[in-house]
Amino acid sequence: MGVMGLIYLYNGHIKICTEDVAQTPATSVARFCQISYPIWQHCRQQKDFCDSLAGSGAEFTTTDRLPAHVCTCCWRWSLYGGFNMAKILKKNKVSTKGTKKTLNKNTGTEKTPEKSSSAKRRERKRKTVGKLKGTLKTTKKSPIEKLDLDNVDEDELLNEGEEIIPSEDEGGSDDDRKHQKLLEAISALGGKKKRRLAERSEATIQISEFSVDAKGEGEKINLSDLIQTIAKTPAVSAQTKSHLKKLKLEEKTVDSPLTKPETERIQRNVAFQKSSEEVSRWQSIVKQNLKAEQLVFPLNQEAPGPKPLEQVVCGWKARTPLEQEIFRLLSVNKQPINDPVLTPIEEESLKAMSLEDAKIRRAELQKARALQSYYEAKARRERSIKSKKYHKVQNKAKRKEFVKKFDEMLKSDPVSALEELQKLELGRMKERMSLKHQNSGKWAKSKAIMAKYDDGARKAMQQQLEVNKDLTQKLATTLSDEEGEDDGETSEPDMLPDFVNEVEPGQDPANPWMRGQLSKDPVDLTEPSVPETAAAVLISEDEEEGPEETEEEGLLRGFAERRKQRQEQEAENEAAKNQDMEVMTEENKAGAEKAVASHDAADADIADDDEEEEEELSKFTNLFQELKDSRMEAEASAMVAEVSEPECAQLQQAMFRIKSLEDMDLLDQEEQADPAEPNAEAPQPAPLESKGADKKRKRKRGIDLAEVLTKEATVINVPLAPTAVEGAEGAAHGQEEQRDVIKEAFAGDDVISDFLKDKRREEEAGRPKVVDLTLPGWGEWGGQGLQPSKKKRRRFRLKTAPPPPRKDGGLASVIISEKRDSSVSMHQVGALPHPFLLPEQFEVTMRAPVGATWNTRQAVKKITMPKIVTKVGAIIQPMSRDDLLKHSRKQEEEGTAGEPKKRKAPQRKRSQKRHKKTKN
Amino acid sequence: MIPLCLYRQVSERYWQGSGEEKKDEAPGGSHVPGDQPAPLGSQTNQQTRASEKKKKYKAAERHGKKAITRVCQSACDDHHWNTRIIAESEITEKESARHDQLLLQEDAGFLEGDEDEDTCTISQEDIADAVDITAGAKYFNLNLSQFGPYRLDYSKTGRQLLLGGRRGHVACLDWQTKQLLCEINVMETVNDVKWLHSEAMYAVAQKKWLYIYDSSGIELHCIRKFNDVLRMQFLPYHFLLATASATGFLQYLDVSVGKEVAAVGTKAGRLDVMCQNPQNAIIHLGHSNGTVTLWSPNQKEAIVKMLCHHGGVRSVAVDKTGTYMVTSGMDKKLKVFDLRSFKPFQSYFLPAGASSLALSHRGLLSAATGDIVQVYRDVWNTPVKKPYMAHKVHGAVWGLHFCPYEDVLGVGHGEGFTSMLVPGAGEPNFDGLDSNPYRSAKQRQEWEVKALLEKIQPDLISLDPGKLSQVDYATFKQKHQDKVKVLGYDPLARDKFKPRMRKKGRSSTGGVIRRKNQVAHEDKRIIITTLKEKAESAKERKKNNNGQTSAVRSALDRFKKRAAP
Repeated sequence: MGVMGLIYLYNGHIKICTEDVAQTPATSVARFCQISYPIWQHCRQQKDFCDSLAGSGAEFTTTDRLPAHVCTCCWRWSLYGGFNMAKILKKNKVSTKGTKKTLNKNTGTEKTPEKSSSAKRRERKRKTVGKLKGTLKTTKKSPIEKLDLDNVDEDELLNEGEEIIPSEDEGGSDDDRKHQKLLEAISALGGKKKRRLAERSEATIQISEFSVDAKGEGEKINLSDLIQTIAKTPAVSAQTKSHLKKLKLEEKTVDSPLTKPETERIQRNVAFQKSSEEVSRWQSIVKQNLKAEQLVFPLNQEAPGPKPLEQVVCGWKARTPLEQEIFRLLSVNKQPINDPVLTPIEEESLKAMSLEDAKIRRAELQKARALQSYYEAKARRERSIKSKKYHKVQNKAKRKEFVKKFDEMLKSDPVSALEELQKLELGRMKERMSLKHQNSGKWAKSKAIMAKYDDGARKAMQQQLEVNKDLTQKLATTLSDEEGEDDGETSEPDMLPDFVNEVEPGQDPANPWMRGQLSKDPVDLTEPSVPETAAAVLISEDEEEGPEETEEEGLLRGFAERRKQRQEQEAENEAAKNQDMEVMTEENKAGAEKAVASHDAADADIADDDEEEEEELSKFTNLFQELKDSRMEAEASAMVAEVSEPECAQLQQAMFRIKSLEDMDLLDQEEQADPAEPNAEAPQPAPLESKGADKKRKRKRGIDLAEVLTKEATVINVPLAPTAVEGAEGAAHGQEEQRDVIKEAFAGDDVISDFLKDKRREEEAGRPKVVDLTLPGWGEWGGQGLQPSKKKRRRFRLKTAPPPPRKDGGLASVIISEKRDSSVSMHQVGALPHPFLLPEQFEVTMRAPVGATWNTRQAVKKITMPKIVTKVGAIIQPMSRDDLLKHSRKQEEEGTAGEPKKRKAPQRKRSQKRHKKTKN
Repeated sequence: MIPLCLYRQVSERYWQGSGEEKKDEAPGGSHVPGDQPAPLGSQTNQQTRASEKKKKYKAAERHGKKAITRVCQSACDDHHWNTRIIAESEITEKESARHDQLLLQEDAGFLEGDEDEDTCTISQEDIADAVDITAGAKYFNLNLSQFGPYRLDYSKTGRQLLLGGRRGHVACLDWQTKQLLCEINVMETVNDVKWLHSEAMYAVAQKKWLYIYDSSGIELHCIRKFNDVLRMQFLPYHFLLATASATGFLQYLDVSVGKEVAAVGTKAGRLDVMCQNPQNAIIHLGHSNGTVTLWSPNQKEAIVKMLCHHGGVRSVAVDKTGTYMVTSGMDKKLKVFDLRSFKPFQSYFLPAGASSLALSHRGLLSAATGDIVQVYRDVWNTPVKKPYMAHKVHGAVWGLHFCPYEDVLGVGHGEGFTSMLVPGAGEPNFDGLDSNPYRSAKQRQEWEVKALLEKIQPDLISLDPGKLSQVDYATFKQKHQDKVKVLGYDPLARDKFKPRMRKKGRSSTGGVIRRKNQVAHEDKRIIITTLKEKAESAKERKKNNNGQTSAVRSALDRFKKRAAP
């Protein structure tokens, strides 16, 4: 660093202002003020100073010697002031010479002038310092500068004075030397201080020649050290003090620079992010290409051949969904798309109409439009009316009108009236379903609070409640209506006794809730839903099951039933009983019923009409009984004809397995599509009866072979009757035929049981066997008649896990072999070939053959399409940024055009993929 | 390592039916008697076929998807791969469907009576008069009363007819040109006759042994291993001649090498009811105890045993797709069974019973009751009340056979042979590579070589013809277990969720269980949501298909007035 400083003249003295005090040589002529100013402030200050100087008429000139980094302001200042450094120097010389002369003249009186001169100098010095201080005060310099001024200047100046004194004693010889020194000092300003310093032999580090203590030179000077004193000095203004304080608070240390690896890391990171961003732009296109069915290189070729006409003609296409939608609408409504001419409809209408017609039509349309808008406005206005009363009135009027209309409609168009009614009903139902009128709404709650005090509110509440009641009570009334209707119905025909209606036929008898009232007799619940049977069953339940069971069973059952009944009756009417009631066993059941009835009549004080009813009932049952008996007889005879003795044995045998076969039969029945030919010869209740019997049978016993054999299938009628009998020609017909018939009739018996046996055997064979590993006598006593202990047997009987369920588990008439067919498995794949991970994948692949033998040529072509096709001789350029742009644009279009189309990308190059996978 | 491609071929052959699906060649001339109307019959049939196939594919897809869901956790690429496979199968399916639509123009027509006229009352003469001359010539009678009731067989292409009279008369003829190829009398009882793979050879089951003759009537072989044969079936893709004997043996003869492949003792007595399932080459035998048993040469016991009738079984027939089996029994019933589930479909009662049955390519059923031949349409779907056609022949019917690719039913009876016209019986679109009725001698030779090369080993006969394309799960499991043992972990297993061990007492047992449950529920939720979404989307699609009013916001919706809140 060179010296920052200025040289200026004041009152014939040269003042050199430098930054560096210690390095400025002292001369007798020139006075040094050791103030280091920041240049800009210095300049400002100097300007003032210079203005004052300007009057003194001193000349300044700049020289090369002046340090180059005197700030431009200073330069300006110096130029402005017209100072010439050379002149300054000259003047100095002159002045020094002048002083020499005066010194030489005053050699006689050496001491006094010296003293006087020194005193003068001191005075002057003080003046300059004071002047300087004044300028400082006025210009409000930074506190540091002031500090420098205060602390250092005066002492140094004093020191200077003292130092100078001895040199002056040496006289004229000294003058030359001093002059030399001055020159040196000035020349040293150019930046050769350091060398000069090194030349010095004194311990200037500790003690400077100006007795400035350089003790803390190496230490860092803190701001606080400097500020401490300023607080004590009253000369410093409060403003500067506060400035200082702020500065103290603001003090911040600058972070140390990051280490090299760290900075490099950051740079790398940033670079990576940038480049990855760049690369990821390509990702979608790369992915697409990977997925593509086929890539034809070079990419982005224009399709060869002529373009389709549409593309050429109309390059513009509807792209956005909105455009597409609009175009669709246009095309649907046959609107012109390309150029806005008239629509076909418009054209047609134009053609069709004459001018007058058109005018009339236009007027009509106008009128209609006006009317419409008028009504719309009206409706809007009405809707926006907030008055409740108005709406109430309005609604009432509407209702009235509706009623009127409805009445009319009832007369004119009953069908639509009914529909209206239904609509009303539906509305009512909806209202009932909703929470309206439940007093649970906001309004109702508020009213409930008000009701205590407000009569109107109470009334409103009441009304609401009534409405609610009406709505909820509707059901009960309808129910009663229905009942009434029922009554009416029953009374109308007057043919059936009342008890027929006791159980409602159409509804589920098992559910008492469905009937609207609980049935009194729990027996009813179990009965089938047919009215006749239900009625009959009320009394003679036991008889119902008679025909289904064998006679003995039926009899036994009957006994038990009657005993039960009797017990019940005994419980009912405890004491009064006829002892002959107990001898009912031999009697006819109907008779017994009668007896019961009469007994009831006698004991339980039943009214006369009841008795009548009872009588009717017994008649009915009798009738029913007769019917049934006849049927039973017929059936029995049939059974006798068909079923022979061995069958019974078979039946016994077939007992255990019967259920499944039964299922089979049922299945058969289901499979037979109902031919919808009701048995004409059978009496009315017969089908029902047989159904019931079927169900019972299913529960109690297995196959009825008779049924199996005679079971109906779809009968096919053939127009031609066969004349020749196949098989043995010329065989004796009569007997053979007979035998065939018999054989056919009874063929089924052993067939079924044999099959069942077979199946059972299979199942048994498939079941795992228990392995008994017990060794008798091992660990305990053995011998004849001694069994190994239970514990031991349990321990050594090994049970294997049950096999998986049989394939024919649900099929009664099928036996599927469970044996494994090893012949195919020899050729099957036991371990999956390479690319497959799961057997399912493999199977799917195998199921879709690739070859031309099994596929059409097109399909084979498609399936075996090569993934990459290169054009011979064409240069395949790497993808450029333009491609990327195009791609992204295309994607955007697709995105806006709607859902992306499903990509079907069957790629043939599996091997590539595989390699990839293995890499992964 | 087993060459997989070969397996694929083999399995596919049966999987797709008898090679029906590859129609690369344009169909030949019309086989349907000319001026019959062509209603929708064939199309529906094709559709059903297509739909069946689709079902298979769907099932495959399901499988695949299941697999995907399992694997996708481990390898994301698999998903893509799987979908690709599925897409491929879709492509093939679509293409073939398209192909069918384009190329299978021939359609089957049916007889349609006037109002209040039963088609079964229309006589053969009337039909023959009504149709064109060539078609009319297909109705003819051969009066052969001397060597009494005749069995018959048509060759696979339907050009040649083989007749075998019970009393030893064997004749083969090109029935369309009425050209007699050979005629011999074997001087022995003839139980059955059967063409072998081509029209060059045929087998005759005679009183004692099985004989093989060539088309000029020269005896080629007398196979002494096959004695007392009553019925025969030829499995064309395996080159196997299956015979059922009176001694209760079911034997398989490989006619390409002349070796007996298998002999199975059925222990079911006399075997005089036999048919084959053309889809999977399983032999069906009917027994006197009302059962029908299913056999393959690889198993010594019946694969399936069904109780079909309460009397003896008189005849069995299986349709071309292998889905339906029709049986008739001594109990005078005619029953239709579903062979996929072995459940009965329909049951009919024929007043006179049916002594023999035959099913045509298009699913017409012919049943012979005494001397009457009845033909039924669509017996399995809707219950039939009356026959589609009926015809009375001169003697008791002994053999019935639909001619392949022709609307002709051959009836062998006591008085000779009758060729009946049954409109809509034959498949109008033949597969030129499989069985071409118009092939030349050269083509036949080439076909023979190819067929021999593609011969399917008898080992591969099983109930499920696609079994070969499946993994042998037993060994697979075993091998997998071994692998797991060696590796120490299960490579196929999804890695289980292992809750992280947390410190400061936050890894309590309850907490761990809770976390585990959370994860499990999350998985479940994903599955459920995907399922739901799928269902919803399907619903929406359906809705869209039904009415155009979709819930999807239209672009024009923005201009709609918003409803007042």
